[in-house]
Amino acid sequence: MHWDVVWNNFDYFLIGAYPEGPLGGLAMSILLAVAGIFGAFWVGLLFGLMRLSKRWWLRWPAMVYIEIVRGTPLLMVIFWFYFLAPILLGHTLPEPTRALIAFIVFTSAYIAEIVRAGVQGLPRGQTEAARGSGLSHYQAMRYVILPQSLRNMIPSFVNQFVSLTKDTSLAYIIGVNELTRTATQVNNRTLNAPTEIFITIAVLYFIVCYVLTEISRKLERQMSRYQARG
Amino acid sequence: MNYEFDWKLVTTGEYGQWILEGLVVTLKLSGISIVFALLVGTIIAVFRLTKFKPLEWFAIAYTEFFRNTPLLIQIFFWYFGSYSVLPESVNNWLYDHNFEFAAGVISLTIYTSAFIAEEIRSGIFAIPKTQLESSRACGLSFIQSMVHVILPQAFRIIIPPLISQFLNLIKNSSLAMTIGVMELTYMARQIESYSFHGFEAFTVSTLIYIAISLIVSFAVTQYNKYFLRTINY
Repeated sequence: MHWDVVWNNFDYFLIGAYPEGPLGGLAMSILLAVAGIFGAFWVGLLFGLMRLSKRWWLRWPAMVYIEIVRGTPLLMVIFWFYFLAPILLGHTLPEPTRALIAFIVFTSAYIAEIVRAGVQGLPRGQTEAARGSGLSHYQAMRYVILPQSLRNMIPSFVNQFVSLTKDTSLAYIIGVNELTRTATQVNNRTLNAPTEIFITIAVLYFIVCYVLTEISRKLERQMSRYQARG
Repeated sequence: MNYEFDWKLVTTGEYGQWILEGLVVTLKLSGISIVFALLVGTIIAVFRLTKFKPLEWFAIAYTEFFRNTPLLIQIFFWYFGSYSVLPESVNNWLYDHNFEFAAGVISLTIYTSAFIAEEIRSGIFAIPKTQLESSRACGLSFIQSMVHVILPQAFRIIIPPLISQFLNLIKNSSLAMTIGVMELTYMARQIESYSFHGFEAFTVSTLIYIAISLIVSFAVTQYNKYFLRTINY
């Protein structure tokens, strides 16, 4: 066993070559995941609300977007933005940005479905009462429906964040220096300790994801106490 | 933007052949992994419900660990590190028989089985406790009542979420390209680097993935509509 390989490169796994070089490793993975979920939340909220709209010209584009993205592997989405963004934009973007756009596009489709389920899961009486009090559709959504349903969605958002954290490992394929790539770099350089390296990396991902999963479970238990009913 | 579209290139001839070969490998890889994942997932779910503590702990550790680590890391682990985990004879056999494909099957099976185990467990929970109690009272052993009474009912309830796990598996199988399994995504990538016609290659393979998932989710919706509502307790 060659655990010294892991030990010597441990700070590289955590923060990459920072502060001498660019940020990498686990810090980069978490940065991508946080930026990704933030962007995906707003895009997903928009598409989720469009999907719920009564107007067909808002609903259909959202449906097509959601179905296409959810039917495509994330790896494919990443390749789309990696190879095709330069053709469409005419200039290249840095790899982390390209990966981030792919993550936002991919995750937002899943967030949109969470938003839809959350809004539909709220008792109908809430909308009816809000509209009955004279609020417009927009006002009812903004001040009555969304504040309640978004709170109920928090556990699902956290689960999606866990998925995204795992998914950031795919940025490895287009050369973003995040945790998985640092692992393969060290593995290619040393060649004698793949088992130890990948077990360590798996444990690092596990710690982050497991803590988040536990938080989501705790939130879910707390949420169920404060539900609006019928 | 000066880019000449050439759809003939990727739908016919050698490149079209590559796409087809890639699709066959994707379906084979996913098909084999689905069967194994279902088997392993069921065993883990039953472990989780036994009264024997070590088995239960093993099942909890298994599902928590493999659900919370990226599939890509698991693929790399089995591909690069399997020699120190598996016995030498198994490894030698695998090296002779398409090792990349085998590593893909092993990692997809383990990753998906952890998710499937959770689905099956929730399916078993949805079956009223009296079912188990009465089958035990009829003299069936724990295993017998699981196999003949509980699981057949649980599976009927969880078919829709199970199918969406299968769809995830088919999409996840694209990650096997990182270790050189020549499946659909690998082939699209290869056409891109041979011909610089990535746009067409990625479009065709994306459409294939979407077609698979649309067909399957349509089937699930129909199943939900006509079959699931007949189950009542």
